[in-house]
Amino acid sequence: MEVNEKDSKIDKKGVLKRISGPVVTAVNFDAHMYDVVKVGNEALMGEVIKIQGEETIIQVYEDTSGIKPGEPVVNTGLSLAVELGPGLLTNIYDGIQRPLSVLVDKMGNFIERGVSAPGLPHDKKWEFKPLVKEGDKVIGGSIIGEVQETNIVHKVMVPPNLKGGAVKSIKSGSFTVDDVVCVLEDGTSLTMMQRWPVRVPRPVKEKLNPEIPLITGQRILDGLFPIAKGGTAAIPGPFGSGKTVTQQQLAKWSDAEIVVYIGCGERGNEMTEVLTEFPELEDPKTGKPLMERTVLIANTSNMPVAAREASVYTGITIAEYFRDMGYDVSLMADSTSRWAEAMREISSRLEEMPGEEGYPAYLAARLSEFYERAGLVITLAGGNGSVSVIGAVSPPGGDFSEPVTQNTLRIVKVFWALDAKLSQRRHFPAINWLNSYSLYLDTLHDWYDREVSPEWNTLRSWAMEVLQKEAELQEIVQLVGSDALPETEQITIEVARMIREIFLQQNAYDPVDTFCDMKKQYDIMKSIKLFADLSATAQAAGVTPTQIIASKSKNDLPQIKFIKDYKPELEKIAKEMDDEFNALRAAA
Amino acid sequence: MKEYRTISKIAGPLVFVEKTEPIGYGELVNIVTFDGTVKRGQVLDTSDNLVVVQVFETTAGIGRDSGVRFTGETIKMPVGKEMLGRILSGGGKPIDGGPEIVPEKRLDITGAAINPYARASPNEFIQTGISTIDGTNTLVRGQKLPIFSAAGLPHNNVALQIARQSKVIGSTEPFAVVFAAMGITKEEANHFMKDFERTGALERAVVFLNLADDPAVERIITPRLALTTAEYLAFELGMHVLVILTDMTNYCEALRQIGAAREEVPGRRGYPGYMYTDLASIYERAGIIKGLKGSVTQIPILTMPGDDITHPIPDLTGYITEGQIVVSRELHRKGIYPPINVLPSLSRLMNLGIGKGHTREDHKKVSDQMYAGYAEGNDLRGLVAIVGKDALSERDRMLLEFADLFEQRFVKQGYDEDRTIVDTLDLAWDLLSTLPVEQLTRIDRDLINRYHPKFKAGAAKE
Repeated sequence: MEVNEKDSKIDKKGVLKRISGPVVTAVNFDAHMYDVVKVGNEALMGEVIKIQGEETIIQVYEDTSGIKPGEPVVNTGLSLAVELGPGLLTNIYDGIQRPLSVLVDKMGNFIERGVSAPGLPHDKKWEFKPLVKEGDKVIGGSIIGEVQETNIVHKVMVPPNLKGGAVKSIKSGSFTVDDVVCVLEDGTSLTMMQRWPVRVPRPVKEKLNPEIPLITGQRILDGLFPIAKGGTAAIPGPFGSGKTVTQQQLAKWSDAEIVVYIGCGERGNEMTEVLTEFPELEDPKTGKPLMERTVLIANTSNMPVAAREASVYTGITIAEYFRDMGYDVSLMADSTSRWAEAMREISSRLEEMPGEEGYPAYLAARLSEFYERAGLVITLAGGNGSVSVIGAVSPPGGDFSEPVTQNTLRIVKVFWALDAKLSQRRHFPAINWLNSYSLYLDTLHDWYDREVSPEWNTLRSWAMEVLQKEAELQEIVQLVGSDALPETEQITIEVARMIREIFLQQNAYDPVDTFCDMKKQYDIMKSIKLFADLSATAQAAGVTPTQIIASKSKNDLPQIKFIKDYKPELEKIAKEMDDEFNALRAAA
Repeated sequence: MKEYRTISKIAGPLVFVEKTEPIGYGELVNIVTFDGTVKRGQVLDTSDNLVVVQVFETTAGIGRDSGVRFTGETIKMPVGKEMLGRILSGGGKPIDGGPEIVPEKRLDITGAAINPYARASPNEFIQTGISTIDGTNTLVRGQKLPIFSAAGLPHNNVALQIARQSKVIGSTEPFAVVFAAMGITKEEANHFMKDFERTGALERAVVFLNLADDPAVERIITPRLALTTAEYLAFELGMHVLVILTDMTNYCEALRQIGAAREEVPGRRGYPGYMYTDLASIYERAGIIKGLKGSVTQIPILTMPGDDITHPIPDLTGYITEGQIVVSRELHRKGIYPPINVLPSLSRLMNLGIGKGHTREDHKKVSDQMYAGYAEGNDLRGLVAIVGKDALSERDRMLLEFADLFEQRFVKQGYDEDRTIVDTLDLAWDLLSTLPVEQLTRIDRDLINRYHPKFKAGAAKE
C-alpha cells in the first residue's frame, strides 16, 4: 500500500535514549507522527507522538519497567489501526484491540507485556454469502457480501479508501478473514477484513439531521430528555451518583442494533459485571442475548495509560464500521474524564505547556473531534446508519465548572446532570430534572406525535411545568412550612411528588421496571395527570386539599411500575380514583 | 556489581547519577553511604547520560562520596507462608525480632493488572455485623470499600470491628488479614496491635508498619508490599484476604512530596496529575479470579482534610473504589457509634451480594426505603429549625421521628455488638412499621405482606 512505499525510504531502526514511565525517547530514527513502533528488546507496542530535532518521542502502550537506554526501536510504518471484520461482536478488547480472552490464554490472569494478539480470530471460518455478481460495479464502501456473525448479519464491504471497479470474480462458501473472497478488474483482491487507522474518521457520503429518538426504556430519558439516533449526550456526575449504572442501562436497553461499550480507565469489577450479565440478558426486541450485539473495550484504571488514551478511538472506529453497514450503533464511553486525564498525563511527561488545570491546550479540540464522529449518515454504499455517542464525565468534586465538563457541554446536544443529593436519597436514576436538557425536543416532536400519542408532547410540557413550579414552591416551604401554602399549591406539591416518585424514579434492578416502553410511560404520566385533573375539579367543588391528599385510590399507582401486564390494574386504579373523587365531591 | 560514585545532584528524595552504563527504568538501586549504611531506591527516569533515583528512606548521609549500585531488577518482595503472624517495617523488613522471612517466591511489587476477562464477579456477602454496612452498604468479597473519615473520628475502631467480625456465613475457607500502616502514630499502631492480640487475629495477620516518624517516601512502597503479600496469600495459597490500608492520606502526601521534588507540573492542590492512575494501581489490586480459590478485599482508610469530601484524595479514591463508608462528625458528636452517615455512603457491589440466595429477598427494597425515609426526615430537621414542629404535616412529623429512630436504633450499636443480617433486616422492618404502609412506595406489596410486622403478625394469627 501507499504507506509502505513512503516508509521504505526511511531508517526504520533506532536506539532508545531515555525512558521516563510510558514516554520514551529514541534517536537515529526516522518516523512519521502516529506511526506504530516496537520498543526495546521485548518489542513493546508504542506510537510516535512528537518529533523534535534528532529525537523521536514515543508513548508506549505497555509497562516500561526494566527497559534500558541503548535498546532498539523499530518502526512498523503503519498507523495505529484496528482490524475490522467478522469476529468483533461479543468480543472484549483492551484499549489497543487485543482480545482479553486471548491474552488470558497467552499470559495468564494478569496483564503482562510484550504479547501481541490480533483483533480478529484469523483461524475461524465464516460462511460468506456474496451479494454482488461478476461484472457488477462496486466503489469504496459498497457491500459485497454478508456473514451471519451472531444473530447480527455482518456486511462485508469494500474498504472505503479504495476506488473500486467492476467485480472480476467473487466466491461463496466458508472462509477465514484472510482468504480472498473477491477480486476486482484492476486486480485488487478483497478479504472479509479491513484495517482502519483509529485516529481517522471513516468517510460517509452525507451527514443528516437526526429525527428519531434512541429509545432507552428509561423514563426520565425517553420521556423528558430524549437523545436522537445519531446524537450526542453527556452524563456528568460526582462519584456514586450512578453514571455507570445509567451507562449500563443504556447499553442494555437502548434500541440500537449494535452497542459499543468503552470502559475507559474505570473499575475492573465493573467490566466483569458487564461480562457476566450481558450474555444472560435478553434484547427486548429480538429475544437474543444482549452480548450478541455488543463489543466491549475494557482498559481499566490500572492498565497502561497510553492504551487508555487510544481506547476511545478504537471504540469509535468499530462503531463507525458497523454504521457503514447501515446499522444504528450506540457507543458509551465511561468515562471521558479518564481519557482526558490520560492525555494530561502524557502531555505532562512531554513537558508541554499546560492549559487549564494542567490539561493540554488541545483538550477541547480532541473532545470535539471525538463527538463529531457521531451522527446519522448516508453511507458510502447509500444506506442509512448512525452512531449515537453517550459520554460519561467524572468531574472532580462534582464541580461542573471544570474543563472536561465545560468543553463537553459546548459540543453535546443532551445533558443528563447527575445529582449526588438525589442518589443519596436513593432517587434513581439520579438525573436532575431541572438542570438537564435535550436540544432534540423540537426535531423529535413529530415522532412522538406519530408514534406515541398526539397528547404526549403536551403531557411532557405539563410535567416539566409542575416540576418547575414545585422547585419554586419548595423554596417557600423551606421558609414558612407547607401549611402556609395556598390550597391549590398544596395539590401541586402532591402531584409533583407523584411525578418524581412514580414517573422519574425507576428501579434498574427490578426485572420489570428496568425497561419501560414509551406506551407505558405515556400511560403512567396520563394517570398522574388524571389525578391532577380530578383534584382540580374536586377542589373547585369544595373538597379540601387534605382530603384530596389523603385519598386512598392513588396509593396503588406506584405498584404499576413493577407489573408486567399493567393495563388491567391501571384501569382499575383509574376507576377507583374516579369513584373516590365522585364520592368526595358529593360529600362536599 | 559495579558501583558508581558519580552523584551530581541530590534534591529531596531524588538522587541524580551521571555517566552510568544503560540502566533499566524502574530498577532497584542500593546506595551505600560513607558509614556503610545501605539505602534503597528506584529508577524514575533513565537516559544515556543521567539516571534519576528516588530513595525510599531519608537521604541523610548520602553525598558525592556515596556509592550507587544498580541491581538490574525491579523491586521484588520475598513472600512465603511464614509471613502470617509477622510484623514488618514499611519497607518489608522484620521488626518483631524474629528471623528473616524465608522466601518461597520473590514477586514484583508493582503487580500486573488483573485481566478483566479473568476476573470473577464478586457476589459473596460478607457479614460485618454492623447494620449500616450489612443492611444499607453491603460489603462483598473482592470489593474495595474505603472508609472516609476525618481527624478525631473513630475510624480505626470501625475498621477493627469490621476486621474482627467479618465472616461469610457458612464458609470455613482460610482467611487472613494484611494490615499496612502508612504514617500513623505509634499510639494508633499500638491500638491496632493490641486489638489484634486481644482477639487472636495476629496469628492470621501480616502487619506492615510505616510510622509517622519513618521516612515519608517509604510510604510509596508500603501498600504495594502489602498488596503483593495479599495477592500471594489469596491467589497462590487460596486464602480470603482482607487488606486494611491506613492512612491513604499520608500516602498521597508522600506522592505529592516526590512530585514536587521532581519539579513536575502539579494538578489540583499540588497533587500530581497522575494521582488517579497511581491510586488505581493500588486500589484495583482487589478482586477474585476465575478458577482460583482466594480473594482480596480492600478496606483503605483515609482522613479527609478539613472534612472535605471534594478534596482530591477522597475524590479520586471515590472514583476508583466500589463505594465508600463515610464517618460523620455530626453523628459522633451525638454520641452515636459507629458514626456512619449512610447518606453519602455507598456500596456499588451491594446488589450483587444481596437478595435471594445471598441474604434475603427483601434486602434491596428495604434498604432503599430506609434511605428514602432517613433522607427525607433528615432534610426536615433543617425545616423544623426554622418553622417549628407544629407547622409540619402529619406525614412530615412521622418522617422526622423516623430519622431519629434510624440513628438511635439502626446506626447505633456496640463496639462488640455483632448483628446478624436477619437481625439487621428485622430491625429495619421494625423501624419502617412506624410509617404508614402507603408511604412505603419502594417496596412491593408481596414483600410487605411477608415481612411487615403488622401483616406478618396478622397472617400468623389466621
